[in-house]
Amino acid sequence: MYPADRRYTKQHEWVRLEGDRGTVGITDYAQKQLGDVVYLELPEVGRKLEAHGTFGTVESVKAVSELFSPVAGEVVEVNSALVAKPETINSDPHGQAWMIAVRVLDPKAVGELMDAAAYQAYVGGEAK
Amino acid sequence: MESSTTTLRKTPLHAVHREMGAKMVPFGGWEMPVEYAGLISEHMAVRQAAGLFDVSHMGELEVAGPGALAFLQRVTSNDVAKLADGQAQYSALPNESGAPKDDVIVYRRGADRYMLVVNASNIEKDFGWLRAQGPQGCEVTDRSEAYALLALQGPRAREILQPLTPVDLSGVAYYHFAEGEVDGHPATISRTGYTGEDGFEIFVAQGHAEALWRRLIEAGREKGLQPAGLGARDTLRLEARMCLYGNDMDESTSLVEAGLGWIVSLDEAKGDFPGRAVLEAQKKKGAPRKLVGFEVTGRGIARHGYPVFLDGEPAGSVTSGSYAPYLQRNIGLCYLPSGRSAAGTAVQIDIRGRNVPARVVPTPFYKRSKQ
Repeated sequence: MYPADRRYTKQHEWVRLEGDRGTVGITDYAQKQLGDVVYLELPEVGRKLEAHGTFGTVESVKAVSELFSPVAGEVVEVNSALVAKPETINSDPHGQAWMIAVRVLDPKAVGELMDAAAYQAYVGGEAK
Repeated sequence: MESSTTTLRKTPLHAVHREMGAKMVPFGGWEMPVEYAGLISEHMAVRQAAGLFDVSHMGELEVAGPGALAFLQRVTSNDVAKLADGQAQYSALPNESGAPKDDVIVYRRGADRYMLVVNASNIEKDFGWLRAQGPQGCEVTDRSEAYALLALQGPRAREILQPLTPVDLSGVAYYHFAEGEVDGHPATISRTGYTGEDGFEIFVAQGHAEALWRRLIEAGREKGLQPAGLGARDTLRLEARMCLYGNDMDESTSLVEAGLGWIVSLDEAKGDFPGRAVLEAQKKKGAPRKLVGFEVTGRGIARHGYPVFLDGEPAGSVTSGSYAPYLQRNIGLCYLPSGRSAAGTAVQIDIRGRNVPARVVPTPFYKRSKQ
């Protein structure tokens, strides 16, 4: 269910690292909790992000949720197609619904986040 | 939101909702289904086919006895004398300032027998208030524990329900009801709802609710019926600009301000009731402020409680606001000074620190086309 090629946070974001480029999105568990997503706000390219700092907002019909960056770094790309079609977050949260790409300051720190198995266990516990 | 430690009440359909995969949330002291397959899909099912809602949390207060009509005339805002047997009426229980203690539907079952359907969170308050008004020649009884209430709503509601009941539904007009059976269960079938669509609200004894729910779901499946939660109920009623008690109106907003002057009767036959003088003056001379609909023209969803500005000056706050799934726009309601409430008026809404433009639009936002 949760791809093994990335790491996960307790706030239900994922980050996939390629060199020092980290691609960030939210997990399937997060989109299910939110329900039908209808609005997305993302930062501009060039924004400096802190680890666990907010980088945007996602809204479903019923709920508003802040987005927290799993990593510190600088935003190098924004998925503007997703802003126009935020419902993709419900249909493909781990694929087409990537949100931003970040030049990660400390790629080694990503290894400290949960891997897929640990995250699966974490949301399994939270779901109870 | 209540804390999770509060003991929440459950409707007789609680286990069925769980079984159907509903997401359950606290609402007005009850644990209720907010959505099943997804809010937008449920909302669209009600606009285009049908949806089935469990609204058993609503309260039912019976007023019975030879003095029932006179008593109800004294405590409600609308003219109860206009009702015939089998007819229902939207009304309110006003306080001395002409603001609602609750909004209610009054059902006339017989000349001496009425039923008030009240909001779940107000059952105890309304019951206490009615008793404190000194009913004479009648008795007020809280029958909320006896009834379950299912709302079957949408353009295909009638064709789904008709094969299950001997009652000729074409003979049950809007805001009328009939006593009869549905699939063998004794029921009151009322042509009312809170979605802006045609539909029925079906009162049955709590012990019959589960069997009836399952039967309706099965009977409607091929016609596009979906179970629908309180989430869709809220977006549907907002598109139809129906007020939600506790959000768009409460004991500080007069009925006229809330746009409910049409349920305030000033007929001589109606007589006096709490807040009548205030409401009469406001109906004749206008109220200082008015509940209006707006559409967000910038980016963002205005939600309940967000501050509203006129020319940069604080003007109030959003009472209801949401993405509207059928209209695919971001809409809401807010109070504005009456002099600045015309359609087209520009307002600004503070969406979590961003100043977002919106404008007043005519309501209802959505009105179904008559067949």
